[in-house]
Amino acid sequence: MRTPIFLLISLLIAAAVFGAAIAAGNDYIFFAGYVVMQYVVLATAWNILGGYCGYVNFGTAAFFALGAYSTVAIYKYTTNNDTFPIPIPVLMLIGGVVSGIVGFGMGYLTLRLRGAFFAIATLALAVVLETLVVNWEYVGGSRGAYILRPETVPIVGNYVRYLFLIMLLLAVAALTVARLIEHSRLGYGLATIRDDELAAEASGVPTLRLKLIATTISGALMGMAGAPFPYYISYLQPDSTFGFDYAVNSIAMALIGGTTNWIGPLIGAVVLGTLQQIATVTISSAVNLLIVGLLLVFFVIVAPNGILGLVHKYLRRKPDDFVGRRRIGIDAPEAAPQSVPGTAPGPSL
Amino acid sequence: MASSLTIAGIHAAYGAVRVIDDVSLKVGSGETVVLLGTNGNGKSTLMKCIMGMVRPSEGTIVAEIEGIHHDLIGRTTQEIVDLGIALVPEGRRLFPKLTVEENLLLGAFRRAARAELARNLEVCFATFPRLAERRAQFAGSLSGGEQQMLALGRALMLAPKILLVDEPSVGLAPILVSRTIEAINEMKQRYQLTVLMAEQNFTQAIRIADRGYVIVHGKIAFEGRSADELNNNDLIKKFYLGL
Repeated sequence: MRTPIFLLISLLIAAAVFGAAIAAGNDYIFFAGYVVMQYVVLATAWNILGGYCGYVNFGTAAFFALGAYSTVAIYKYTTNNDTFPIPIPVLMLIGGVVSGIVGFGMGYLTLRLRGAFFAIATLALAVVLETLVVNWEYVGGSRGAYILRPETVPIVGNYVRYLFLIMLLLAVAALTVARLIEHSRLGYGLATIRDDELAAEASGVPTLRLKLIATTISGALMGMAGAPFPYYISYLQPDSTFGFDYAVNSIAMALIGGTTNWIGPLIGAVVLGTLQQIATVTISSAVNLLIVGLLLVFFVIVAPNGILGLVHKYLRRKPDDFVGRRRIGIDAPEAAPQSVPGTAPGPSL
Repeated sequence: MASSLTIAGIHAAYGAVRVIDDVSLKVGSGETVVLLGTNGNGKSTLMKCIMGMVRPSEGTIVAEIEGIHHDLIGRTTQEIVDLGIALVPEGRRLFPKLTVEENLLLGAFRRAARAELARNLEVCFATFPRLAERRAQFAGSLSGGEQQMLALGRALMLAPKILLVDEPSVGLAPILVSRTIEAINEMKQRYQLTVLMAEQNFTQAIRIADRGYVIVHGKIAFEGRSADELNNNDLIKKFYLGL
């Protein structure tokens, strides 16, 4: 499917989702749906680096919070100086640029590290940034920041509806970007890095450059997801904005959905995000992380390649890659494949 | 056209651990030169030095590609690949979650290699017909011998002038080692490659070698100017075969 057609279909689906939410006649749906859509963006963004390229980033919260605090800083500036408030789509672009730059910088400093070391470095980024924000009085410091949002916006009406619509569109944009990457030279290059970085180098893949592109795009999308958050929550506090659950959730959603395809994080985020919203209302919000934990354990045992892996296995369209990986890990000498000598034009191994 | 490789006075270390100590060697145009040595003597590190993956602290590496001399020191791996030098890494190092065909296509990731992509793919499938049969299969699900074929095929996709092969025998059954060595020889003959092969399997390696070097503790311990000289040498028996 070509990208414009894909985009058109996604927009139609998004319009249908928005229409259905209005038809449901309950504004809480927008409130909860915003969070689910936000996680669609975060999980998709995480997957560009973590799934396609194999670099596990524990710093989702850092990029998300960067976007959110860019908005707070701009909000403070506009209210202090009595200038016209900047509309949210512009704030999102700014948040994306800020997070993208930090993503690039983090990548430049840490991408020479691999595996667990890279993960620890990204974790450290969140801690460093939180410390900076806590000590930055202008954006509220440790007390947090209040954002006064208008009750309504023109055309859409209710403000929460407006925020939901924006996040819905961002989710469409993020999925389109992820899908574009997947089918591009960049995507294949990232896949070689994930599968074997040394072999990628030997094949002439510019590994550092591709990884930097991936961290930048991934970080930028996370920042864009964070930018409208102060308007959604209206009281922003460093503790919760840098919360570890953003990192855990976005990783878990991608893993549960499946990391090799753009649709995986979407499925994971919708399933897990909706479950969490339901649990928040019916039981308590503290149950959320428990749900994540249980589901992760379940998927690691039953479907290590996520829901997508299960579907593939069921359809038998491709051989199960878990088996393939295991076999390469053992690397045992195997009996020669049966072939009649002299029949093939080249040497047969 | 002449393509050769000249290494002079290379020193390399991982931190404080010195791995290669004043190594000089030459691979002449159209030659197959073997680098013999047991584990941990610096064979792979030397290969990585040539590919720009490990930076030597001293010495020069000059590649002559079709008559033009290029200094490889200080160049990135991508630039070296673009010159026409391909490495088949130790342990094959395929992309297990991608298909056979994708693995081959990714061998031609560089712009320079993409120009002749369709032709090179044909060449690959002609050289290794088994890969054509398994083109839609995940590389990780191939047998050991097929994986080695794929690793060689992936290097062919770059249409290289100089081929570096690092321990092609690792993890293969004896019969497959012998066939792999033959495949390398056939590739070399067909495409007039200049080959430097690091190998532990002495008897197999010298079957196709024009010349060879024995590397012990990061130093060239012996230079054999012919396969015969390598075969009938007391030093090799002592240092290498442990006789």
